[in-house]
Amino acid sequence: MIEAILLTIATAATPLLLAALGELVVERSGVLNLGVEGMMIMGAVAGFGAAQLSGSPWVGLLAAVCAGALFSMLFGFLTLTLATNQVATGLSLTILGLGLSGMLGESFVGLPGLKLQAWAIPGLSEIPLIGKLLFAQDPIFYISIALTVAVWWFVFFTRAGLTLRAVGDSHVSAHALGLRVIRIRYLAVLFGGACAGMAGGHLSLVYTPQWTENMTAGRGWIALALVVFASWLPWRLVAGAYLFGAVTIAQFHAQAQGVGIPSQFLSALPYLATIFVLVLISSNRRMTMRNTPASLGKPFVPER
Amino acid sequence: MRVELVRRPHPSALYGALSPFLALLITATLGAIMFAILGKAPHLALYAYFIEPLTEVWSLHELLVKAAPLILIAIGLSVCFLSNNWNIGAEGQFIIGAIFGSVLPVMFPEFRGPFVLPIMLLMGILGGMTYAAIPALLKAKLNTNEILSSLMLVYVAQLFLDWLVRGPWRNPQGFNFPESRNFHADAVLPEVISASGRAHYGFVFAIIAAVVMWYILNRTLKGFEIRVMGQSPRAGRFAGFSRAGTILTTFLIAGGLAGLAGISEVSGAIGQLRPVISPGYGFTAIIVAFLGRLNPLGIVAAGLVLALSYLGGEAAQISLGVSNKVANVFQGILLFSVLACDTLIHYRVRIAGRPSAEGQGV
Amino acid sequence: MRNTTKFVLAAVAAFGLAGQASAAEVKACFVYVGPIGDFGWSYQHDQGRLAVEEEFGDKVETAYLESVPEGADAERAIERFARSGCDIIFTTSFGYMDPTNKIAAKFPDVKFEHATGYKRETPNVSVYSSKFYQGRYIQGQIAAKVSETGVAGYIASFPIPEVVRGINSFILGAQSIDPDFKLKVVWVNTWFDPGKEADAAKALIDQGVDIITQHTDSTAPMQVAAERGIKAFGQASDMANFGPETQLTSIIDDWAPYYVERVKAVLDGTWESQDVWHGMAEGNVVMAPYANMPDDVKEMAQETEAKITSGEFEPFTGPIKKQDGSEWLAEGEKADIGTMLGMNFYVEGVDDQLPQ
Repeated sequence: MIEAILLTIATAATPLLLAALGELVVERSGVLNLGVEGMMIMGAVAGFGAAQLSGSPWVGLLAAVCAGALFSMLFGFLTLTLATNQVATGLSLTILGLGLSGMLGESFVGLPGLKLQAWAIPGLSEIPLIGKLLFAQDPIFYISIALTVAVWWFVFFTRAGLTLRAVGDSHVSAHALGLRVIRIRYLAVLFGGACAGMAGGHLSLVYTPQWTENMTAGRGWIALALVVFASWLPWRLVAGAYLFGAVTIAQFHAQAQGVGIPSQFLSALPYLATIFVLVLISSNRRMTMRNTPASLGKPFVPER
Repeated sequence: MRVELVRRPHPSALYGALSPFLALLITATLGAIMFAILGKAPHLALYAYFIEPLTEVWSLHELLVKAAPLILIAIGLSVCFLSNNWNIGAEGQFIIGAIFGSVLPVMFPEFRGPFVLPIMLLMGILGGMTYAAIPALLKAKLNTNEILSSLMLVYVAQLFLDWLVRGPWRNPQGFNFPESRNFHADAVLPEVISASGRAHYGFVFAIIAAVVMWYILNRTLKGFEIRVMGQSPRAGRFAGFSRAGTILTTFLIAGGLAGLAGISEVSGAIGQLRPVISPGYGFTAIIVAFLGRLNPLGIVAAGLVLALSYLGGEAAQISLGVSNKVANVFQGILLFSVLACDTLIHYRVRIAGRPSAEGQGV
Repeated sequence: MRNTTKFVLAAVAAFGLAGQASAAEVKACFVYVGPIGDFGWSYQHDQGRLAVEEEFGDKVETAYLESVPEGADAERAIERFARSGCDIIFTTSFGYMDPTNKIAAKFPDVKFEHATGYKRETPNVSVYSSKFYQGRYIQGQIAAKVSETGVAGYIASFPIPEVVRGINSFILGAQSIDPDFKLKVVWVNTWFDPGKEADAAKALIDQGVDIITQHTDSTAPMQVAAERGIKAFGQASDMANFGPETQLTSIIDDWAPYYVERVKAVLDGTWESQDVWHGMAEGNVVMAPYANMPDDVKEMAQETEAKITSGEFEPFTGPIKKQDGSEWLAEGEKADIGTMLGMNFYVEGVDDQLPQ
């Protein structure tokens, strides 16, 4: 039973982790994209549609990634090239995404989707307790873990990652050093869009293989909050996403066991738990300050 | 070909006035294309969006009803944003304000008289302030990021309201349906001109708030402090301004106005508490704040435009049979156009054939 | 000058043409709380609207507004319909009750039909609802026959009388077959969130249930049940597509007969205010084909369905005890409509505490 619960938690946490990973890179570059929900839902509809049309969930996954990336470029063009306000542009992106996905998906309603099948690694997946959790999962789960490691390595141990952080901390100094601030930010936004798209694809290809309007149901917002929760550190993102997933699932189990607490209070637990843990973490002020991108949300236009 | 921006020495007054119209033109063009693709007559669609809601008196009232909470919340948020405090939890402050304000008519329905309404409004403001104080104190004292705490508290507030109206505050005459009792006459925020429509005093509050806040921001030391702390906290500290004080002040202003919006909406437009009392006003108001360029008077205009886009969306759904999704997409186009055109106020746009010699390649 | 006249005439003709759409005798308008693409509540109401179009062709024009939030927006949406020449307006969510009555008082010539409420303040308002709980009873019986663990899981949305009635009816049906049958209830506090509904289904299955039933709108629980190889009941629509080997049956909300009947009444000039609670007898509650069960279970289900349809049997008939063991209905006694409408207690056998 514990094994099954862990699996459920992993499924619930994977889209949050993926979308948050993308947003982490975006924010590390100094850009605040509040349009995660919009990019995610575009990924979900594109993933579902492409899988239906092609008959292959893999094509669906690819389409989800591309749709998220493409959609993020709209945000990129406005905030980076035209230097519009990032907060307002991101929120508008969400409105547009929710509408556009509904329009595109009208004919997909009521169709059962294709599911991306799990890969069980022979031998390893037989290990008790953690075998199924770690080695018999859907491909996107493996990608999410690999991507966490990759992002962590990239941000802290590569020259490109250093550049990314430099741009996020002070775009003026980075520009003075000859770094191409706008181009780097475009790439970060593109990566963020691709990750959000994949997260959406996870929803419509793995989590609940179907298309329905608004099926992201606010997960993009949770992903955004998790980036802050993690103080922009990738490995803390895993902790955050799985904590959130675990509390969500735990309260369902508590209900099924018949605890006499109003379900609204139980439903509020994941949000309260996240705040509580963040309060504990952020009391270490120096560490938080060091990791917060100082230029976050500020538009940059190269002076000439 | 690349697009390059060149900063103007001063914000352009010409484009400041012109950009909304330019945005409208772009929206109309893109919208017309979209409607043509969907097989709808573009001119009828645009008429439904921009003109029809303005042709009837009742509809103008509705415009004010819809705009009032957006404007009230956005004005408060603009103060937060100016001081670099990312309060995105106005939705929760709106809800808690509505709950606090409803204590009197729901729990003490026998208590009547002319004092009821003023007390409700004050309680609403207090409720919003209290709820906003949580992320503010967490940020000021424990350095907890306010984006996360204020956002998460939205969900908590929604669930708390849900529990209230299904449990302790459920209407005793309501067959156990999830709603509070209806407010009695003394607890209803009156309509401004009740003969012609249902616009209530919420919009009047919004206008007053806009003017007062404009004055505070532009003519008082407090306003100066808020701006300085937003633009350069270091300089602010040298000037003797307190970081914690600014955080608290701005959050309390935002929470208070959101709370006022909440109780005005419940008392003026709905007449009771329900499980859901806001279609996301707290989030839409963030857009309104920035569309209004964080200027209280601009926010009034932006709130009206956004409200119009909702009403127009409905008009188009009815007269053209387009879906609600199309209305959302059109709203997105409108927002993007407005944001993009505002760029012209601060920058000249140059289309360069190749990277300019002295500039960095982008 | 003549050219001008010609132009004006042409313009008038053009406008006349544009107005031709309203050549229909009756305009029927619908307000939905969700998107018509939810494949649940609002989707089914829209199917009813389409049936009206199909039935009357050019004689009736329809229009709808979807995703209209309950609250201040609802009143505006309804008033807009009333002003735009609708003859009959269906407001299809409980939260539209007060706005519907308020606008109805302002527009005495327009007919209003409010779903699932209880207020009729003017003679131009009707209320209608559906006895979905009738289908729940049959589901309970099937569950008790098919289940091996003797425990079913119930994914519930919000603790309102409608949902509580369903839970009670389900357990009554189940216990008519197996007095020890147990029901686990999980409240997800949403009508529609596929992910959350899937998580709840998984949690219930991990707790040992082998039948899932839901009172939420998405098809996600059905898919989870299919994946885990257990059986499930659909909700609102026929969800067999999402679990061909899984769906035992589904309660389908079929609003078409009612909508056609009421629009026809407007056409004929016979419309009158009424308060109806339709069920299987009127074709408002339809069971999807019984599948994935042994033949004897199927026969039993069909028999119960026939009895409920003919009025021979009613699920809430005594003896029934409340959860705390106190007596509610004596032998043969039927529940009164007020208690039914506002039901906020469990009957004996539900393994949950009702949120109060």
